[in-house]
This record gives sequence, C-alpha cells and structure tokens, in this order.
Amino acid sequence: MSHTEIPAISCKQLSHSFPMGEEPFQVLKDIDLTIRTGEMVAIMGPSGSGKSTLMNLIGCLMTPEQGEVCLLENSTRGMDRAQLACLRRDHIGFVFQQFNLLARTSALDNVKMPLMYADNVVKDGDERARRCLESVNLADRQNHTPSQLSGGQQQRVAIARALINEPSILLADEPTGALDSKTSEDIMALFRDLNRQGKTVVLVTHELDVAQQCDRIIFVRDGVIQSDKSVISHREEVTP
Amino acid sequence: MTLLNTALLSLRRNTMRSILTTLGIIIGISAVIIMFALGEGAQRQVEEQIESLGTNVLMVRAAALNTGGARQAAGTVSRLTLDDAQAIKDDIPEARYVGASINGQAQVVASNKNWSTTLTGANIDYLHASNWEIGQGRIFTNNEFNRASKVALIGETLAKELFDDPGFAVGEEIRVNKVPLTVIGVLAGKGQDMRGFDQDDTLITPLTIAQRRLIGNNSQNAKRVSRLTVSVDEEKNMDFVTEEIEFLLNQRHRVSAGDDSPFSVMNLSAMLSTRAEASAIFSLLLACVASVSLLVGGIGVMNIMLVSVTERTREIGLRMAVGAQPRHILVQFLFESVILCLIGAVLGVLLSLFAVIAIANSLDWDVVISPLIILISVVGTALIGVGFGFYPAWKAANLDPIEALRYE
Repeated sequence: MSHTEIPAISCKQLSHSFPMGEEPFQVLKDIDLTIRTGEMVAIMGPSGSGKSTLMNLIGCLMTPEQGEVCLLENSTRGMDRAQLACLRRDHIGFVFQQFNLLARTSALDNVKMPLMYADNVVKDGDERARRCLESVNLADRQNHTPSQLSGGQQQRVAIARALINEPSILLADEPTGALDSKTSEDIMALFRDLNRQGKTVVLVTHELDVAQQCDRIIFVRDGVIQSDKSVISHREEVTP
Repeated sequence: MTLLNTALLSLRRNTMRSILTTLGIIIGISAVIIMFALGEGAQRQVEEQIESLGTNVLMVRAAALNTGGARQAAGTVSRLTLDDAQAIKDDIPEARYVGASINGQAQVVASNKNWSTTLTGANIDYLHASNWEIGQGRIFTNNEFNRASKVALIGETLAKELFDDPGFAVGEEIRVNKVPLTVIGVLAGKGQDMRGFDQDDTLITPLTIAQRRLIGNNSQNAKRVSRLTVSVDEEKNMDFVTEEIEFLLNQRHRVSAGDDSPFSVMNLSAMLSTRAEASAIFSLLLACVASVSLLVGGIGVMNIMLVSVTERTREIGLRMAVGAQPRHILVQFLFESVILCLIGAVLGVLLSLFAVIAIANSLDWDVVISPLIILISVVGTALIGVGFGFYPAWKAANLDPIEALRYE
C-alpha cells in the first residue's frame, strides 16, 4: 500500500452542532481524520461523544456544518440528497446493529434489494446476490426469510447486502452489538477476511475486544479525537 | 419495474388493509357511474317524450270559463271546431299541421276480448302534428275522413290486449259502442308520455265518425273538437304563431278586446324542454354527490398511505442508506396509491355495470352506460391516486435517513 494512494476517507476540520435550546450543542469539534484504503478501523467512545455523528458524516448520510468529508476524493460539500445517495450506493456498504433486513423477504431478495436503485437495470442481479451470499457462507440459505435465520446468519445476510454494489468501504455500526460472543467472533472474522480482500472497514463499537481486532482504534470523546492508536501485534496473533 | 414490484408486494403484504382502502374507491367510482347512468337515462326518457310529442307543438284548448261565478276546469266547455283548425292552417303559413281532436273513453270489443282505452277522434293533420307513425297497415284517407268511414287505428298496447297475434290485427273488426270498426293500421309505439301514461293504449278514428257515433255527445256539441294540436315549422316562430292563433280565434269567435280569451295556447315543447333542463341539473347534482364519495375514497387512500409510510420508516431509512434517491422512494409510494386506486376503479366499474344492469332489469328504468364516463372515471381515479398519494410519498421521500434508521 503506497502513500500516494487516494485515502478512502478524509475529514478536514470537521465541525458539527445540533440545535439544543438556546446554545447549539457542538457535537464534533475540528476533527481531522484520514483513513487509508485497505485499513480496518474501529471508532470507540462513550455515548454522546459524537462518534455516531462522525459515522453518519463519513457514511454520507448527512453533510457537515463546517469542514469537509471526502470519500475517495469526492467531497460531500454542497451535495444534495440524490447525489449523496449515489455516493453511498457506489462506495459504501452499510451494516447495522439491528441488521435491518426486510421482513418476510428471502435472503436472496434482501441482498439484491440495493440493485433496484442502480442507474441501469442490473440483469444478473440473482447471480450477483448468490455470489455475495456465497462469500458470507450462506449459499444454502438464500430462500430463507430473516425469521428463519439466526442472529449471526441475519448479520451475514446484511453483510452480503452491503457487498452487492461492490463498494470499497464497509461501514458497520455496532455490528456485533446484538450478537453473542461466539457469533461476534464469526462476524469479526468475516470482516477481517473482507478487509484482507481489500475492503476498507470502519466500525463503531463499544467492545474493546472487538476493536482490538482492527488495525487502528480511534477514541472519540466530547467531540474530539482523544486517541488514535495502531494495533498491529494483535492481528498477527489472531491470524492463523 | 422493480419499484412497481416492490409496491405490489407491499400491498399484498397488507391484503385486508388494501381491500378496505380499495373499497372506498370502489364505492366512489360505482356511485359516479351508477348516478350518471340513471341521470342520463332519465334525460333520455325526456328526450323520447319530446320526440313523441312531435316537434314544435302548440296545443289549443278552451280556457277555464266562468259560468255564473263558478270557474270550471280548463277545456270543460269547448267552442273549438274543425273550421277553426282549417282557418288556422289557411291563415298562418307557419302552422304546418293543425290537428283537431276529441277524446273519450271507450270499451273496445274484438271477438272474445274487450279492453277499455282512450278513444281519439282526429283529422289527418293530428297524426302528423302528434308525431304518430304507422307500424302496420295505413292511416285513413281524406275520403274516409269526409265520409265518416268506420275505420280505426290502434296503438301497440291495444293491439296486444285485443288480439292473440297483434301482427295480424290489420283487417280485423272491432266494436266500440256497438259500432263495428275495421282496423286499418297499427300505430308505431311511442312509450310513456310526460305524465307516465301509456300513449300506445289508444284508439284513433276519423274525427267525423267519432263525433257522430262514438263519443257520447249531445247534438249541440256535435261539431265541437276538444283541442287543436298545431305543429309549427320552426322553433323561432313558436311565440309568433301562439299570438297569431290567439288573435285569429278571438276574431272568429267574436271575443271583444278587453275580455278574457276563451282559448289557451300552450307551448308543450317549451314545457318539456324545461323538464329536460331540470332533469339535466338533477343528474349533474347526482354526479356531484357521487364525486364527493369518490373524493372521500381518495382521502381514505391518503390516510392509509400515511400509515404505511410511518410503519415503514425504518425500511425507508434502510433503502436510502443503500442508495435509494428521494425520487425512488417517491415513485415507489406513488405506485402503491395509484395501484390501489386503479384496482378500485376496475372493480368499481364492474360492480357499477352489474348494478346498472340489475336496476334496468328490475325497476325497468332507462339507463345509459357511457364508455366515455367509464374512461373518465378510471382516469380520474388514477389522478386521485396520484393526487392523494403525493403528500404521503413526498413525506416519505423527504425523511432524514438517519432519523428514519433510528425510528422504532
């Protein structure tokens, strides 16, 4: 990975506030952050620290009040809702704590769903969805609905859905928050695997042992980055 | 295409709700089509009455008369004669036909059957002015009229009542007041008149024979006719001819200038067209009421779409997160409401056709099923789908993805 490579995500002097009573509440203050392509980063912090807002800004779900968020050198500054949607569709795969699968809809259809928002009609949608399910080891469950799947399986369907548009960045918000520890390990192993295949992975977590499986831990408190550490040794230990 | 599938799927997921919502539309569109069919039917009935009346018809009757302080009903005592009819025809060129007639009830006997009917003694002009057409046989000739021949024209209903096979009525003999008459023609059907009487239950003979033998007049009245039926050549001449007739008759009967005229001239065509207008307004009113119920159906659709948007807030957030643009969400929800409305429209059209046919058969009402109205109401319903579906869809499309994803 050379240094001249385009950073996956870069935040420059990022500030954001929410209206709250008379004084707006300053949720992020002057954040500078660069995440290189191929990195696996954990964002930690207590609730109210601003990590969710940071995540939403990185995920192009909103535009910053001040400063700039660049996704693969596409600045979100001044983008309208439709442009943001296209940026998310093309570059980001979202994974949520509550999986957010469509109920009573098969795993295959859930994975396929984002394709309906493509600019051109995708003809090989079923085939692509099947390949994504294969890559999360759920090829045999493609016709199961979420209620017929375990929590870990549901999260893997959600990950497969995040992969369908072949994004370079995966954003996971507490992806193991609703799972037991054994399943959490499986999901983390899957993320590491995807990271090894070249995906940039950013995840928000409360759990230190989850965070320690990443390359880098960013700790946010009171709207500023309190610490930004690399965790190299741990990865070598875990990788067989 | 996939947005359409998604919309269909979500409607199927909430089958009961979709059906109930659609019901509002079904009732609305049925109301529109049924009301229109009935209103238009009533309209057409009036038009048929106008048709059967003949065009531009004036009716002359003796006016209400004072005899020793008691006012008697109009037409009680008639001083009109056949000569008056001839005078009108000769002096007023705009009066194309001047029918003269007397009326009475008659018990008609034909072999083993008998029937009570209206008897009209008339001249030939009466048949033209009243728009009587001949169905079978022929009308009476001038010669037969002058000689007071014992001939008769019978209406369709009378033919049915008197003869086993009305098709062979011509040439048969019937008797009225023991006078034998030969049926020379069966009149073409006219249906009901404006008061709902069956005009085809009738018997028409030459005025001459009716005056002499059939209607129980005393000798003093032997020359009288009870009314004149005048057909005017053009509608714009109606008022002019009315005045002319009044003037002529007053002159002929020596009524001095200041006195009340003993004759009244009525413009039947004008009366009927007033009725036609009234019935047009009435059917418009019905259609408006029906449209209101369609509107209420539309509000029902809007209501349920708002519920649907709220229920699926998280799903909308997810769809936005994975790349749905606002317009995708908008279109998806618009599809839903339009599909609801169109399904309602199709079912409503079927239901109303069924209802209209049932009404026509059971109540024997005139109905008109107009393809144009069906088309308009289906298109209108689709527009209602777009109109009332737009606000919920717009609301969905403008949700904040972050808020929507967090929505419980």
